[in-house]
Amino acid sequence: MYIIIVGGGKVGRGAARDLIEMGHEVCVVERDANTAWSINNELGEVALLGDGAEIHVQRAAGMNRADVVVACTGRDQANLAVAQTAQTRFNVGKVISRINDPRNERIFQTLGFNYTISATTAIVNAIEQEVSAGLTRLTQLRSTAFVLAEHVIPRLAPCVGCTVRDLDLPPHTVLALIIREDDEPEIPGPNTTIHAADVIVAVTQPQHESALRTALTGEP
Amino acid sequence: MRVVIMGCGRLGSTLARELDQEGHNVTVIDIDSAAFNWLDDDFRGSTIVGAGEDIEVQEVAGVPGADIFLALANGDNRNAMAVQVAKHVHRAARVVARIYDPERAEVYRQLGINVVNPTTILDQMVREAAFAKEDPNGAAT
Repeated sequence: MYIIIVGGGKVGRGAARDLIEMGHEVCVVERDANTAWSINNELGEVALLGDGAEIHVQRAAGMNRADVVVACTGRDQANLAVAQTAQTRFNVGKVISRINDPRNERIFQTLGFNYTISATTAIVNAIEQEVSAGLTRLTQLRSTAFVLAEHVIPRLAPCVGCTVRDLDLPPHTVLALIIREDDEPEIPGPNTTIHAADVIVAVTQPQHESALRTALTGEP
Repeated sequence: MRVVIMGCGRLGSTLARELDQEGHNVTVIDIDSAAFNWLDDDFRGSTIVGAGEDIEVQEVAGVPGADIFLALANGDNRNAMAVQVAKHVHRAARVVARIYDPERAEVYRQLGINVVNPTTILDQMVREAAFAKEDPNGAAT
């Protein structure tokens, strides 16, 4: 695929490195000459010097034939401009935007950009996951009403030894994955037995999180 | 009418002063408090220091419920984002953005935004001035 990355900072450069490794054709648009030079030095001639929000620069980058455009500068207004011109002007099929200030997620989603990545939100969620015990909201799944939740089964939980069928799961909830030490992760079926210390990844809705916690741990 | 103006430069401050004198309720947003020196001492409107594309700054400035939101800061990206926040999040009744880049102006027009593009306007005016026929007294007509 041909992938244009606008913004060659740590995020953009890291993405470029991985995508090139995976065999994709990559162009990094970067407006700082030193940064562009350094990218070319490391990754080969992939950097284009210019302001990636400018349409003439986008044209020079070949945006009309891009399969994916990644807007990952450090400024949300620039990322929004890139996303909108890529979609409106060049009909790019998939546009991924980085969001620096999580409060801006709302305007991106309102305008129909659902492929957004917010490092701040991801880090905050990861910290919450480490800090809080029990059931933890991992990630909201796109802009749906569903979340991924993770739980470790306590040693004395009532559900230890039960099968998935026996669990009193709340509505709109599926156990997606069971991860066990020294074993391959398993997609549970109705007859899968729950063991102590199993790590369970479930898809659920925020309003059912506490019921899911109760079902898996016995805690109210 | 309740008017919120983002960007208190030459254009933003001129409009703010005029609309204030015409009796409108004007609020001006700028990231630099020094920009408000462009306003007269007898300016009766409000001034708010902050990024005009910020959802919360717009809230403080009263964009929800405003009749008109004008994005007249210097960057095209910021103006474009600001009017879309005003229009789609805060439901401002009418929004206008200054977009310098003619091509980007066209993109935002397609997206249903009122855009003023100074480059094409000045292009026209400069052409007219440059190619106007001279009258016998030497003044351009």
